[in-house]
Amino acid sequence: MNFDLTEERQMLQDSLRRFLRDRYTTTVRNSILGSDSGMSSEIWSELAELGVIGALFSEDDGGFGGKGFDLAVVFEELGRAGVVEPFLDTAVLGGGLIAALGTSDQKALIEDIIAGGLQLAFAHGEPTSRYDLNRVGTTAVVSGAGVTLNGRKAVVVNAEAADSLIVSARESGVVDEEAGISLFVVPADAAGVTVQGYPLLAGGRAAEVILEDVVVPDSARLGDAGKAFGAIEAAVAAANVALCAETLGAMETATALTRDYLMTRKQFGRPIGTFQALAHRMSDLLIELEQARSAVINAAGHLESDRRQREHHVSAAKNLMGRTGRLVAEDSIQMHGGIAMTQEYELAHIAKRIIMSDHRFGDTDHHLERFIALSAA
Amino acid sequence: MDLSYSAEELAFREEVREFLKEKLPKELSDKIRKGLELAKADMERWHAILNAKGWLAPNWPKAFGGAEWNAVQRHIFEEECSAHHAPRVVPFGLSMLGPVLQKFGSKEQQDKWLPRIMNGDDWWCQGYSEPGAGSDLASLKTTAVRDGDHYVVNGQKTWTTLGQHANMIFCLVRTDKDAKQQEGISFLLIDMDTPGIEVRPIILLDGSPEVNEVWFTDVRVPVENLVGEENKGWTYAKYLLTHERTNIAGVGFSQAGLSAVKRIARAEMSGGKPLLFNPHFAARVAQVEVDLMAMSTTNLRIISKAAAGTAPGVESSMLKVKGTIIRQEINDLARRAAGAYAMPFASEALEGSNDSLPDPHEAGPVAAQYFNNRKLSIFGGSNEIQRGIIAKVVLGGGK
Repeated sequence: MNFDLTEERQMLQDSLRRFLRDRYTTTVRNSILGSDSGMSSEIWSELAELGVIGALFSEDDGGFGGKGFDLAVVFEELGRAGVVEPFLDTAVLGGGLIAALGTSDQKALIEDIIAGGLQLAFAHGEPTSRYDLNRVGTTAVVSGAGVTLNGRKAVVVNAEAADSLIVSARESGVVDEEAGISLFVVPADAAGVTVQGYPLLAGGRAAEVILEDVVVPDSARLGDAGKAFGAIEAAVAAANVALCAETLGAMETATALTRDYLMTRKQFGRPIGTFQALAHRMSDLLIELEQARSAVINAAGHLESDRRQREHHVSAAKNLMGRTGRLVAEDSIQMHGGIAMTQEYELAHIAKRIIMSDHRFGDTDHHLERFIALSAA
Repeated sequence: MDLSYSAEELAFREEVREFLKEKLPKELSDKIRKGLELAKADMERWHAILNAKGWLAPNWPKAFGGAEWNAVQRHIFEEECSAHHAPRVVPFGLSMLGPVLQKFGSKEQQDKWLPRIMNGDDWWCQGYSEPGAGSDLASLKTTAVRDGDHYVVNGQKTWTTLGQHANMIFCLVRTDKDAKQQEGISFLLIDMDTPGIEVRPIILLDGSPEVNEVWFTDVRVPVENLVGEENKGWTYAKYLLTHERTNIAGVGFSQAGLSAVKRIARAEMSGGKPLLFNPHFAARVAQVEVDLMAMSTTNLRIISKAAAGTAPGVESSMLKVKGTIIRQEINDLARRAAGAYAMPFASEALEGSNDSLPDPHEAGPVAAQYFNNRKLSIFGGSNEIQRGIIAKVVLGGGK
């Protein structure tokens, strides 16, 4: 057993932390949050140059990482700084699916992704699918011209900025069958694609994506017809590792802010951290933070394991992060008092990142049920 | 012990229902049902409707134009308002200042201000908290120095809810710097149009502009606007806080919130079935419903006792702590129920419309409400302060 980072990952962590501390200040982030695009292309390019995206792909795909621990290192730092740029959507999900299923022609896109020149979005969830990955009602019908897509995708993060959408659609089977689901690379400006965008509470943007008789060539399909589910599940597992690591980083910021505030804010003539009621809660947060760190390590360390082990650890982590994240976000706000209720205070944004990560790819309850099902299997 | 309602009470409930069906404007109930913010005009409209019926001030004595309802009547009214998605009355004039003036104000003050509150001529806000005086309210530093027929006020108040709408503010100010903290405080009524007052909005973490900072620079306040005696303001402030807390359990809000959770969870599908029938989610809903049923009775027990003349002390702290825990748990369930659709930021909702947002279950801005209602356990004396009050009474050192 060795819980130290490799030298390369340690260097990546150090340089990323330094960069974000200097460049991604609260002021910079607030201006990004207030902007129309909800992201900074300048920050995106600079982070790409720093190797942040390359770290999310394997050497075979032109990167220098791509393992669970690479994701964990990168996203923990992004979370610590409250970064809202869509690395999860473009690289882990969009890029990850192309890397997993793409032909060599399709994989040519990855070079652009790593260089920071391409944006993607994963258009999978639907208005009635909630967190079920197998429930796909959008249809794909092969015809002479190619493949025709029809359906609606819900809360597609980064859809407006995306050059292409990775769209899941059903080619056969009933609505909740794992078999029969395919993936297609659909140019965002393809005829019949409507993108209705809106801002997100925790930063960034998403959209409802309506597909009306969208025709794509057969070459737009990723992998074999109807056989994409396994890759979707694996990409979402990677995304959940990234989300958990991001939440861990945000929880570290929340607890650090809270500790500082407890030591400096005075009421009744003394720092409020000297009141036992608050001191003990602070201690509880730090205990839970270490549990969260271990859950992230477990999930990241099993991302390359067989499906059952991988999913077991991912669901365990997402369940635990949902619970401890809520505790840390709520107690950090409570111990600060009114100041943490204001938008301009650092913790407000961080708390929103923590809570809203529970709404992507399965909340704490969903993953508890999944954990039970996987344990019984 | 008898848990059944009397014939009179049942008739009263019927009367309330009829009134709400007939007089509650649909535009207002739609906004409340969808969790949208009310505009100032919306709140004024509802006040006027209640005032015309004589139901605007349930807790005021009839002598002052109130309805003088007992605890059970208020409870029934509250329940029916929740069920019909009626707006809540803005509390600053009616629930906070009104009772203070009735008990401690001069005849002139009562005659002048109470009818204006009823008629909606004034919009009051509360000047209590300061940047350095939150939980430790008595450490407030805003000063009022006597100068002839005026007090000259300097300082800063914060967390002033809906101060942007207000033309009047009631303030706690320090009139004796040398006295012990609680003994040098006075209670002043200040016209917001007086030169030297500046209101700056504070944007909350959900994006809402509901609270403000209020700055006072050499603001001249006529001495007749002093309530009661100079340096006795802390007594009045505490009296006001106990009145503020008679509705602190927020049972009506919780009941309305719980119905909203069920409505959203009935529309949201999980595994091909409504989320409401998911055993895990159903258990969470049932758990909080069980708590709320007991809370409703705890609330009734305590306010009945208060109506019989016993001042609520430690009991109102209990209502605040448990009531806010329940309300916040319901807010948490609502955001959970909405799934991915909790993520969109409904900035437009603040203006009273979120039509541009995807909201297939009409869930409304549930995540924003979840964040906004973190305030419940912070303001009006944080839950830690309330637990301290309970402990002090129970473990000694208290009265």
